[in-house]
Amino acid sequence: MSAPAIRISALTKRYGGVQALARIDLEIGQGEFFGLLGPNGAGKTTLISALAGLIRADSGALAVMGHDVVTDYRNARLKLGVVPQELVFDPFFTVREMLTFQSGYFGIRGNRGWIDEILHRLDLSSKADVNMRTLSGGMKRRVLVAQALVHRPPVIVLDEPTAGVDVELRQSLWQFVEQLNADGHTVVLTTHYLEEAQALCGRIAMMKAGRIVALDTTANLLSSVARKLKVRAGRPAAALALGGAAAGEWAEFAFDDPADIETLLARLREAGADVLEIAVGEPDLEQVFVEVMRRA
Amino acid sequence: MPDPFRVSPFIGFRTLFHKEVLRFWKVGFQTIAAPVLNALLFLLIFSHILERRVTVHGDVTYTAFLVPGLVMMSLLQNAFANSSSSLIQSKITGNILFVLLPPLSYRAFYAAYVLAALLRGLFVAIGVWLVSALLIQTPLAHPAWALTFAVLGGALLATFGLIAGIWADKFDQLAAFQNFLIMPLTMLSGVFYSIHSLPPLWQKISHFNPFFFMIDGLRHGFFGQSDTSPWLSLAVTGGCLAALAALTLALLARGYKLRG
Repeated sequence: MSAPAIRISALTKRYGGVQALARIDLEIGQGEFFGLLGPNGAGKTTLISALAGLIRADSGALAVMGHDVVTDYRNARLKLGVVPQELVFDPFFTVREMLTFQSGYFGIRGNRGWIDEILHRLDLSSKADVNMRTLSGGMKRRVLVAQALVHRPPVIVLDEPTAGVDVELRQSLWQFVEQLNADGHTVVLTTHYLEEAQALCGRIAMMKAGRIVALDTTANLLSSVARKLKVRAGRPAAALALGGAAAGEWAEFAFDDPADIETLLARLREAGADVLEIAVGEPDLEQVFVEVMRRA
Repeated sequence: MPDPFRVSPFIGFRTLFHKEVLRFWKVGFQTIAAPVLNALLFLLIFSHILERRVTVHGDVTYTAFLVPGLVMMSLLQNAFANSSSSLIQSKITGNILFVLLPPLSYRAFYAAYVLAALLRGLFVAIGVWLVSALLIQTPLAHPAWALTFAVLGGALLATFGLIAGIWADKFDQLAAFQNFLIMPLTMLSGVFYSIHSLPPLWQKISHFNPFFFMIDGLRHGFFGQSDTSPWLSLAVTGGCLAALAALTLALLARGYKLRG
């Protein structure tokens, strides 16, 4: 049986009085598109840094494609590509020089063909010989993605890759990352844009204060919160009297089973609410996130 | 298309070395030409003022005496500046990440930074020597000794620069290293004078300054004459290099201030 793309066992990390990671256990299978969500300070970046060997955990173990990140760090790092959160670059060099150096650091020689391909796929070909200093923020972000892919890693971690990025680039970046996932790459994503995580990730872990407080498929997480029937009534007071939550001109009623809709509408008619318009609101990840964080 | 997983650690070292060399080469006016000009100005001013007032080794003129001192001073200062500034810039801008994420060993990291810094130091040193030839021809009595001290001294200061770059979190901490340690040790090492011209107490104190041995050793390479035995200078320089290299490798192996 093949090793999981990422295996994290009893991982802890403390910074002074702050427990950044509190015995994290997590397995991410090969080929997954996995979301790692949480508020600022939840421990997402610390977890990614430990995985990439940028920090040393106090205890526990991490492995990438079966290679321990401490005892077998060479193979673990070869299998992992990380797109960092900060927009870092080296102002001395051009885009192509950066990618050629990055390729060399991984011990790869003669990688020009693949570098040309990722430049093309990230729409960077025209900027290949341009100094990093002169690129826009969005272009620098693309170079970071290209650098993470230069050694063709099977596992790619994107730490908030679309923070501060315009809509067009976000769309093209996600298309590219989805294609990588379809090609068999495991993708781990952290983002504050929950709609992106909902659309892309098959499975999601939510973190708070260094702990994983929810871990399930995106579908299961979404089904864990009630859907909403939204009603605009001629007599709103009558609708609210039946337990609806006010949302502007609308009253919202939570329901689990679609059969409940008919029952609810019958009760509204009986109460003389004068229903003018109805809409069914699908649950979204933001609702799930808020609920999970509230409970945790 | 190459198999991306057929990798060689040597390529990693070679790439980092190449990157570090390009980094100073691209700004050669600042990193090579400017220090050569500085040394030339020192040579012009000090030789003009002191040529007939200071006696050094036997028949060696003061201006000739000054040349190896300035060559070594420039070499040491630029080797230190290269490794320290490159590392701290990478730390502060965050692009150190690019060399921490790949599977580069700490030995490859050390070797690449030190050799690139040494190379810059040697470029500057050769530049100072060549430009000084416009004013005075200095003999090269023992080229092997001169090369040995140039390489060991440059490697020593490049290593020291790496320690400073690892330790410092801010540019002013690095400047403190340069202004309060490197500069005084260089100026008080006998670049501009023979320690035989000093009072006995200062002669003794000079023997605790490793920079004195590096400069005196290089002078032996040039003139075949020096204030102290070249073998003692070699032992001190080599010993200091070995000790600092061991410390730096230990810091890098632990990931001190690089991997949290």
